[in-house]
Amino acid sequence: MVWETIIGIEIHAELKTNSKIFCNCPTKFGAEKNKNTCPVCIGLPGTLPRLNKETIHLAIKAGLSFNCKINNFSKMDRKNYFYPDTPKAYQVSQNDKPICFDGFVDINKGADCVNRIRINRIHIEEDAGKLVHLEREPHTLIDYNRAGIPLIEIVSEPDLRSPTEAVEYVKAIKNILMYQEISDCRMEEGSLRCDANISIRKKGEYKLNTKVELKNINSFKELQKALENEEQRQKELYINNQMDKVMQETRRWDSVKGKTISMRKKEESQDYRYFPEPDIPIITIDKSWINCIKKQLSEFPNERKIRYINNYRLKEKDAELLTSDKALGNYFEKIVASGADPKTTVNWILGDFLKLLKANEISVDQVLIKESDFAELINLIKREDISQKIGKVVFKIMFLTGKRPKVIIEEKGLKQIKNKDALEKIVNEVLTSNTNPVNDYYEGKTQAIGYLMGQIMKETNGQANPQLSKELLLLKLSCKEYLPIHNNDEQ
Amino acid sequence: MMNFDELTINDIKRDLLTKKYSVEQLVKNIFLRIYEIDNEIGAYLTLCEKSAIKQAKEIDKKYRNGEKLGQLAGIPIAIKDNICTENLKTTCGSKMLEDFIPPYDATVVKKLKEAEAIIIGKTNLDEFAMGSSTENSAYKVTKNPRDYTRIPGGSSGGSAASVASGLSFMSLGSDTGGSIRQPASFCGVVGLKPTYGLVSRYGLVAFASSLDQIGPITKNVRDCALTLDVMAGKDILDPTTVETNKEKSYLDSIKEEIKDIKIAMPKEFFPKKLDIQIKNKVKDSIKLLKSTGATIEEISLPITRQSLSAYYIISSAEASSNLARFDGIRYGYRSENYKNINELMVNTRNEAFGKEVKRRIMLGTYALTSKHYNSWYNKAQHLRNKIKKQFECVFQNYDLIISPTSPILPFSIGEKIFDPLDMYLSDLYTVSANLAGLPALSMPCGFSNSNLPIGIQIIGPRFSESKILRTAYALEQELAIKQSR
Repeated sequence: MVWETIIGIEIHAELKTNSKIFCNCPTKFGAEKNKNTCPVCIGLPGTLPRLNKETIHLAIKAGLSFNCKINNFSKMDRKNYFYPDTPKAYQVSQNDKPICFDGFVDINKGADCVNRIRINRIHIEEDAGKLVHLEREPHTLIDYNRAGIPLIEIVSEPDLRSPTEAVEYVKAIKNILMYQEISDCRMEEGSLRCDANISIRKKGEYKLNTKVELKNINSFKELQKALENEEQRQKELYINNQMDKVMQETRRWDSVKGKTISMRKKEESQDYRYFPEPDIPIITIDKSWINCIKKQLSEFPNERKIRYINNYRLKEKDAELLTSDKALGNYFEKIVASGADPKTTVNWILGDFLKLLKANEISVDQVLIKESDFAELINLIKREDISQKIGKVVFKIMFLTGKRPKVIIEEKGLKQIKNKDALEKIVNEVLTSNTNPVNDYYEGKTQAIGYLMGQIMKETNGQANPQLSKELLLLKLSCKEYLPIHNNDEQ
Repeated sequence: MMNFDELTINDIKRDLLTKKYSVEQLVKNIFLRIYEIDNEIGAYLTLCEKSAIKQAKEIDKKYRNGEKLGQLAGIPIAIKDNICTENLKTTCGSKMLEDFIPPYDATVVKKLKEAEAIIIGKTNLDEFAMGSSTENSAYKVTKNPRDYTRIPGGSSGGSAASVASGLSFMSLGSDTGGSIRQPASFCGVVGLKPTYGLVSRYGLVAFASSLDQIGPITKNVRDCALTLDVMAGKDILDPTTVETNKEKSYLDSIKEEIKDIKIAMPKEFFPKKLDIQIKNKVKDSIKLLKSTGATIEEISLPITRQSLSAYYIISSAEASSNLARFDGIRYGYRSENYKNINELMVNTRNEAFGKEVKRRIMLGTYALTSKHYNSWYNKAQHLRNKIKKQFECVFQNYDLIISPTSPILPFSIGEKIFDPLDMYLSDLYTVSANLAGLPALSMPCGFSNSNLPIGIQIIGPRFSESKILRTAYALEQELAIKQSR
């Protein structure tokens, strides 16, 4: 039996506004608990919301970025439910008139092949506060700093056919949101969150089976695992003829246990009693506003990729990798702008740089190396002031300390030895103390050169200019100055 | 020294200028009077004597020094206790907020303070403004100053009673379905519900957000115009407020002639079974208006028959959501009886909300459930739009609409408290203006045989407050002349 998996994704992204959706409180993450609050965002009696224009602006920008239509008239609605993290006991959201609808995003599937995922709608809403559970304490505390931070919810159609595709979709959305500076998309801080709806059916069937909603997914890795796990769970139930156990329900992904756990069945789900928010007038979005935002759209990942291929002659795969993170691409471009060769820069970035990023678990914007220093390092190697090998050592120190390459080379005495006299001395020493390899060379084993070069490098801590060293080495050997006596006899 | 029953804001301003008495004397006398009679009337829930006297002294000093003074400098006023006052308890007449001290002033309160009015205290109301008699307060029953056996109307009963009994010279009320106009009518004072969006709602503890408006209750029309000038205007804190570009102040516009005004009299508001005394007094007033040059014609507004149903569904639906935030978690009452978060919320609400509030929350919750949304809430909204359109239609041909404010006279304390539907009927003539967002004013137009006040209501198109006030002022003059004859 061939099965087909059907997945739809809801993404919540915090918008990159300066202030909250309905008041002037700052949105900055990591403030002291309940510091970023005021009577409005903690819903004190008598307070009223005033909709932040920047929120609508960014929502329209998101809509345009994902090829959506924009509603000329939109409204806010109240979603009513009791929970302590929701200070008004209703969330101001959008029910039947979202700002954006009917869009799509294309996922690249290698050259000339795209997978178009339809977006049902994008609407704005306010975020809730956060419950802080204390260990061994009977109380739960509430932090309302997050309450009232503007969110967009991006709802896809059930167009995704595998967990991998779902992850690709979220990555594509995230990338575009970051390129257009709509959201910071920090999954670890919760500024990008996703819920997934998943069902499976026999391949070729048209009807959709009962879907299950998965919540509490905090990373791409978890998304993949949670979906695979749920896909498997449903498959097994269908295979074992227990389809009645696939119920419309919400399941929580428990990353520690590595499985999904039922939170509530459909019958237990709440009636949110949506109705139009009477405190906020209808939102009117005219054509000129939309056009104005259209003009402000910056480069998209795909556009940048093509530019990199054309302007820098990069390989498609490299360009793809570089543009998968806006900050990485920006970094690359600044290094090149500082005078480094693009192709060499790409090799550095996709090689040592990404490796160190991963090992140190930091993001590009936390990197200490200034772009101009990065370029300088590349050029020092190019000019053979230092060898590639020393360069790697210097790079690592740069990464950890942020120091300029020249300073590091100076401090550690890593400058390449290019002085002919100095090198000649070292070559002589190596030749005298390595009689066996020298003999080998004369016996025709030319690979002995490699060993001798290695010894030169070892003697100079890698600082010897390789080309000059090799020239000198060959010169000395050809003079047969170092031809051992007994061998000489034989000749 | 002072005849508090008669004294108006205008009188006080004149007396203060001529140094007949000082603000301090005035304020101290007000408190003496409150201690003397408010035990009986029960208009106030909270008094702020110290701050009032302190402020009075400061204003006296300004008077002495000839400094520039605010429009309401030294005028003792009262605030309905569902309007937030910084550092001053705001209970909404509910056990839920018995210790709630707002950290901010409502925009209207801020404006009144800037105009240097002196806040005497907070007045009693039906819990969360839900009621028509002020009997639903968790704290006390307010009595009608004209007849202590009767209710003052509601929900702004305390505010109306305080003005009527000379315990304040202006008070703020809130009007969701008649809560300013009906008590003004029952207590024999002037009450105005402004156009939705004319006065900021920021700081008014919401009952039904799309219907609520704050408005003034005063002794006469002139004072009403004066205080409206202070209160009205766009507020960035309330996005439902609107900018109005009027040429002159309300106070300046009241003295203009009303000659060319065309007034409509909807026959639905004068049914056969309407109390004959009310009908006669209102019709007498209409005759007086005619004599000043206004044209009066009878019209039909059939839709208003359904207005009460639409009103109770919409207002209760919004209330069920607005009052959901009172869960015992952040402020206000918290039950001591709970084992988990759900019990905390349920028991808090169960213990601290009164009967009428619970009744409306239940009704509103029901009307919004996905199962009943279309047949209840949506239908009510549909009706509301029809009501709006019908009023718009009338205002294409007429300047104003006139009706009684209430179909009944002030009733006895306890008379209707067990019959909520009968109680709701006392709002019959007032709710339409809220549903349509229109300005409406109630003013006294005479007394019944048993000496109970009767009120007449003037409704106008959106932002026609000047016209309404001008007409009311003219009628007030005519009534005074007639009375003195």
